[in-house]
Amino acid sequence: MAAVRSQEEGGFFAWMMAPERRGPMLVAPALIVLFVMNIFPLLWSFGLSFFNYRANRQDIPDFVGLRFYERVLTDPDVWERFQTTALIVGSSVLVQLILGFLLALMFANQFPLRRVLLMLVLAPMMLSFVSVGVFFKLYYEPTFGLLSQAVRVFTGSTYAILGSPTGAIIAIVIADAWMWAPFVMLLVLAGLVSVPKYLYEAAEIDRASWWRRFRTITFPYIRSLLLLAVLFRTIETFKLFDIVYIITEGGPGTATETIAVYTYRVAFQFFRTSQSSALAYIILFVVIVLTNLYLYAVKQREREVS
Amino acid sequence: MARIGSRPREIGKAGWGWTAFTSVVSLIYFFPVLWIILTAFKTRSDALAVPPKFFFTPTLQNFTNVFFRESITAQAAQATEFPLYFFNSIFIAGTSVFLALILGTLAAYGFSRYPLRGNDTYLFVILTTRMLPPIVVIIPIFLMFRLTGLAGSYWGIILLYTAFNIPFSVWLVKSFFDELNPEIEDAARMDGAGEKRVFFAMCLPQILAGLAATFVFGMILTWNEFIFALLLTGVETRTVPVAMARTMGGEIGVDYGLLAAIVTLFLIPIFVVTYILQNQLLRGVTFGTVKK
Repeated sequence: MAAVRSQEEGGFFAWMMAPERRGPMLVAPALIVLFVMNIFPLLWSFGLSFFNYRANRQDIPDFVGLRFYERVLTDPDVWERFQTTALIVGSSVLVQLILGFLLALMFANQFPLRRVLLMLVLAPMMLSFVSVGVFFKLYYEPTFGLLSQAVRVFTGSTYAILGSPTGAIIAIVIADAWMWAPFVMLLVLAGLVSVPKYLYEAAEIDRASWWRRFRTITFPYIRSLLLLAVLFRTIETFKLFDIVYIITEGGPGTATETIAVYTYRVAFQFFRTSQSSALAYIILFVVIVLTNLYLYAVKQREREVS
Repeated sequence: MARIGSRPREIGKAGWGWTAFTSVVSLIYFFPVLWIILTAFKTRSDALAVPPKFFFTPTLQNFTNVFFRESITAQAAQATEFPLYFFNSIFIAGTSVFLALILGTLAAYGFSRYPLRGNDTYLFVILTTRMLPPIVVIIPIFLMFRLTGLAGSYWGIILLYTAFNIPFSVWLVKSFFDELNPEIEDAARMDGAGEKRVFFAMCLPQILAGLAATFVFGMILTWNEFIFALLLTGVETRTVPVAMARTMGGEIGVDYGLLAAIVTLFLIPIFVVTYILQNQLLRGVTFGTVKK
């Protein structure tokens, strides 16, 4: 009786609040904002990638079909940028893994002041890319930079790390890996603290070697987390834009021009809007594949933990 | 919950010796940040001294310059806009993270308690929008904002940042809701508690700490965001990262002291977060996908 009355009185509002519509009603506002600000624009640029359109001209765009995809996929420049990106992502993620792992081993014990020291190590991750970029550029500067000053103590001459293509890539990798190794550390640490104490005690009795203990006890507990770390950092480093944009602007030449920086140039410096949209969609595809892998790894781990 | 700070592995209790070793390594790792902090207290000539100065007479001039337009020299003209940029960053990030938190909490509750058909697909799409490089999204957004006149306005960037934060809020808050025991909620319903009561009086209070963590992490992420802000803010709505990056290309030289002061000011919330929220940190940085 009460239910019928409230439905009559409430009208539209009551219809909305009906129990069977509760789920959709709760998620709708968030989904609408996402649709308007993310998904709709993406569909728009998907459409644009089939037309010849430049954002700085008034011409009416004409339909060109898959021409831009063809052009982007056969363009040696694009492949070069993908290779640069792969090189930077690969080396940066590797350095992050090694550094993060060592840092985690260091913090896997309980000792006085642990929380305070952990805070120091975690700080780089919370800085903005821009601050890291601005100050690493200062550190790499040949005249005033700390790096050059330190090198001069040994060699007597200043050192311009950003002057050579290899040096510039190393410089970018150092800045990015320094910033994100704490992230890997957090994940590995979570694995290390979850290893049951009795396993180590048993190993102690068996006099198992350090390597054997690591391989048979520790590693199984951190394996899935390492995979998560690699995938997450690969997705994130794939986006690398800010640090490169500030430290090297892609130079010298195009040595450090990642795919994100290249897309930015195509879109906002050359105003080849359609071509950049096609390029963006290829990146989108890569990220979707990686995100799928990541979520698969997350599920895998949840099964392991529970 | 990732018990990183509160309950480390029981074995390997190390003493002060380990503290000493870790302090040295941590300080080396922290050195680039430490140098920023030192630079914040240096005069312009000390900041670029050759050889680098470890000991100097500290000055607070850089910090006052962040908030007050004092200098009228040409050199500082560019720098004196920073109070506005500081306000912009806080206002834009604060508003959009708050909006995203409200929308995200509602959606997270929906996804957690009233799963839709294809619940996982929705969640996947939501996460993907967050994983995309900003450059992919920015091209059409830029065109859209130009058409609607939203470019350079507070509304435009706030709306975009709200969308930018929703995936993060949904996933993170959902991970907190998922940890609550739904049987207790059902028991409350049996006792006659309405849906509103269950949500506001039972679920929300239990995840208040989680909501606070979500807000703070959202603030840090949004405050640090660069590429959207670079392309979509105007002179009046420019944020700190864009302003910092712009000073790099200037002809009058970079005022590293001022930039260092800004970074140093922002380190305070970072330290508070990493100290107080250490247990939530792992979850925060992985969008709630890794809890322990």
